[in-house]
Amino acid sequence: MAFSKDFWQGVRDGTPFILVILPFGAVFGVVATEAGLNLAQVMGFSVLVIAGAAQFVAVQMMVDNAPVLIVLAASLAVNLRMAMYSASLAPHLGKISWWQRGVVSYFMVDQAYAASILKYEQTPDMTPQRKMSYYFGVITPICPVWYLATWAGAALGTAVPAGLPIDFAVPITFLALIVPMLRTLAHVAAAMVSILGVLVFAFLPFNLGLLLAALLAMMAGAEVERRLALRRQA
Amino acid sequence: MSFTTAQIWTIIIGLGLGSYLLRLSFLGIIGNRDLPEWVLRHLRYTAVAVMPGMITPLILFPQATDGTLDPVRLGAAAATIAISFLTRNATLTIFGGAAVLFALHFAIH
Repeated sequence: MAFSKDFWQGVRDGTPFILVILPFGAVFGVVATEAGLNLAQVMGFSVLVIAGAAQFVAVQMMVDNAPVLIVLAASLAVNLRMAMYSASLAPHLGKISWWQRGVVSYFMVDQAYAASILKYEQTPDMTPQRKMSYYFGVITPICPVWYLATWAGAALGTAVPAGLPIDFAVPITFLALIVPMLRTLAHVAAAMVSILGVLVFAFLPFNLGLLLAALLAMMAGAEVERRLALRRQA
Repeated sequence: MSFTTAQIWTIIIGLGLGSYLLRLSFLGIIGNRDLPEWVLRHLRYTAVAVMPGMITPLILFPQATDGTLDPVRLGAAAATIAISFLTRNATLTIFGGAAVLFALHFAIH
């Protein structure tokens, strides 16, 4: 695979996420080490799971001494959104070879998905190969930093100053990704249903509230789009 | 925590394998078959359906403040949305949002 223009565009678009990945990975390294995991286990999480939110949930439940199966169920539920990302990327990347899809799947993280789907929607004439190059470009600055930051956090341990609001790096990046996506009334409707749904279903265990809210939000977006199209025809 | 080494690795490998299968699911199965229009219409809204819901609790009920409303985080979130609307640039938004977050943090604490 030649490093094409799309690849480098992806690298440029992925680079600001280092700002989020670095503190997020480091905090995971610190928290997991303080919870009692050794360096190999902490790195095992970040390399094999490569999904910060699910890793935090798993470690938190291990600290609470939850049964192994409950730890797995709860943390996998957090990652169920990856199946939605997978379905959402399939129309764009379904035509690349099976092993390339296998590699994309391993590197499917929130920031790479969001940056890529935004790019694919803005430039619909990209070929599947170009879309793949862009995707690999985006993950290039993100994923290595995730491993390194985790390692640094585990090694440095408690040297990170306490009390700094670094947890908030995550919402800030996601807002930077979401706001440009609110291009149509249908997108706005989906986002509103997502926010309200999560608040209404907050009582459900294992993060099921988010999944239910997301399903309703997708239906809301699709329905608003369908009705607006009908109105334009009429 | 009171887990054996084997239990810890069972969790790590199980979560890793399960997460990979979730990621591979549709991308692996559907491959180059075309999806029906109504499915595509729903999938177009995946990102805006998942992400706002994911960050809403982080903004309104941050764990760092024991789930209570925090003016620093609320202010930073509002500023981030405003910067994003005005600049339409993710890099500027992330740097700007982080700057407002730390400015508010050190102004209040």
